[in-house]
Amino acid sequence: MNNILVFPMVIPIIAGVSLLFFRSYPSIQRWSSFISLLVVFFISIGSLEAIRRNGIMRLDFGGWAPPYGITFVGDSFAMLLVSTASLVSALCVLYAAFAGDKKREGAFQYPFMLLLVAGVNGAFLTGDLFNLFVCFEIMLLASYGLMTLGGEKKQLTEGIKYVLINILSSWFFLLGIAYIYGTLGTLNLAQLSQRIAEAGQPPMLTTISILFLVVFSLKAGLVLYFWLPGSYSVLPTAISALFAALLTKVGVYALIRTFTLLFYHEPGITHTIIGWMALITLVGGSIGVIAFVDIRKVAAYNVVVAIGFILVGLAANNEIGIQGSIYYLVHDIVIKALIFLLIGTIIYLTGIYRLDRMSGLITNYPLLGWIFLLAALSLGGVPPFSGFVGKLMVGQGSITAGQYFLAFAAFASSLFVLYSVIRIFLNMFWGQPMVGKLKQVHLPFGMMVPLIFLAVITTALGFGMNALTPYVADASNVLMNPEIYIEGALENE
Amino acid sequence: METLITLLVGVLVSTATYLLLSKNLIRIVLGTAILSHAVHLLLMTMGGLKGGSVPILDDGTETYTDALPQALILTAIVIGFAVTAFFLVLVYRTYQSVGTDNLNEMRGSKDE
Repeated sequence: MNNILVFPMVIPIIAGVSLLFFRSYPSIQRWSSFISLLVVFFISIGSLEAIRRNGIMRLDFGGWAPPYGITFVGDSFAMLLVSTASLVSALCVLYAAFAGDKKREGAFQYPFMLLLVAGVNGAFLTGDLFNLFVCFEIMLLASYGLMTLGGEKKQLTEGIKYVLINILSSWFFLLGIAYIYGTLGTLNLAQLSQRIAEAGQPPMLTTISILFLVVFSLKAGLVLYFWLPGSYSVLPTAISALFAALLTKVGVYALIRTFTLLFYHEPGITHTIIGWMALITLVGGSIGVIAFVDIRKVAAYNVVVAIGFILVGLAANNEIGIQGSIYYLVHDIVIKALIFLLIGTIIYLTGIYRLDRMSGLITNYPLLGWIFLLAALSLGGVPPFSGFVGKLMVGQGSITAGQYFLAFAAFASSLFVLYSVIRIFLNMFWGQPMVGKLKQVHLPFGMMVPLIFLAVITTALGFGMNALTPYVADASNVLMNPEIYIEGALENE
Repeated sequence: METLITLLVGVLVSTATYLLLSKNLIRIVLGTAILSHAVHLLLMTMGGLKGGSVPILDDGTETYTDALPQALILTAIVIGFAVTAFFLVLVYRTYQSVGTDNLNEMRGSKDE
């Protein structure tokens, strides 16, 4: 019965590999990848409900009982992210389908996107540290492919930097795995947690935890975000939205997982460092969002700020802070996809990257303008949209933990974020229209559909946050009480 | 034996670091390849080298070598191979379209 856990990873892989044989049929590529991601979404929603009712699900591959075999462990936190990620990537594929970039579609764009989602979902679900590494690599190899697809000069040079940074961080990941296997003799997350708890996390293990902190920070863009704005801003729209929504979030997921399940015994050291790193990220990201007039860069720095914000909740290390982080993580996957799709659509329509070179777009494209305003408000955390609850709870958690300075920085950064997107709105959408109604580039309604869906989701999440509450409560309950996870992941019935 | 291999890992890592810090793209690719081999060796060493006999249940043998690190390395080698192959193709493609293999001449863009 628990076989259902493998579907979020296996369906995209099967779909992706079979699509390799349909290279010259773009419509088959488009629709089957969209449908397979939708199927993954519905399966994961179903399993989310099942997990809430019956507790953690586990799948032992090949019938090898843990800790000997590789396991997939689905708890509410992982499944919540799997369902959000699948839905958002389905919408990104939908956008790509309507944008219809012939060159990239012929170069296996959709199989790469599907493999990326497979890697992401696998990373969320796996219960084994080495398997996490493998899933990261699947995701990264697909992202290398997407990064350089099309082969424009800028993409290639940025691609080299991106690949190099990620090879290095994967190297550090393997290094950490080697050390932790050498000291504890296991790689199963639940068993690692048990053994670390027995040993009481001596300084040696705390040092290893810092190694993991560096690795996952590099993936998430926490402090080590220098590679992010350059590489995200050379990508085509749908792919950049997929990257912004998913890639960094996997790093954040790994950070939250390792520092609540494994290395939670020395919060004075590890969580304080995370707090400082979150602070630096918030400040650096806030400077970035207001420093650039290139709207792609503004959007990329918005990703950075959000990462800092989510980790403020982890640094608080209490139930309400973690809950806030989970809410915000879900919200952020949706809203980053929406913002990147909007920015990409603006560039598609006008061909202009600078926010001071355009005005009056709302006269030409009213619906796009209003969706942009809605996205801007949601990004800034204005109620009733979905960012509000996450921000509120992260702030509460931070204040409960006595980290007033961090709470202040988090909320100040929200103002910068709000300012940065409202500035784009005021400059580009308001004012004198620069293009006449007759000369404007036609905006196909198909491209608007995913935008409308994402806008509806962020609004619905804001109004209907209560629907999400039981799942988030369950997720944070498991995160704050590692013994529940251990029991679910190790016990044989 | 462990000490010897650890020293070898150290030598490999320093060689790789030297190569990675150069400006030439091919040297950087070679650097990443050597770096990944260094960590594979480290993985094997961390599992303990001379643990015992072949990990197959048999009469008369008391200790067995830990087989897990070798399984891990096998996976990591395959991944490293794929990444290196991709990186080489990427570097060659970049060389073709940019016309240089020097990283210094690739930084930034004109409008920045």
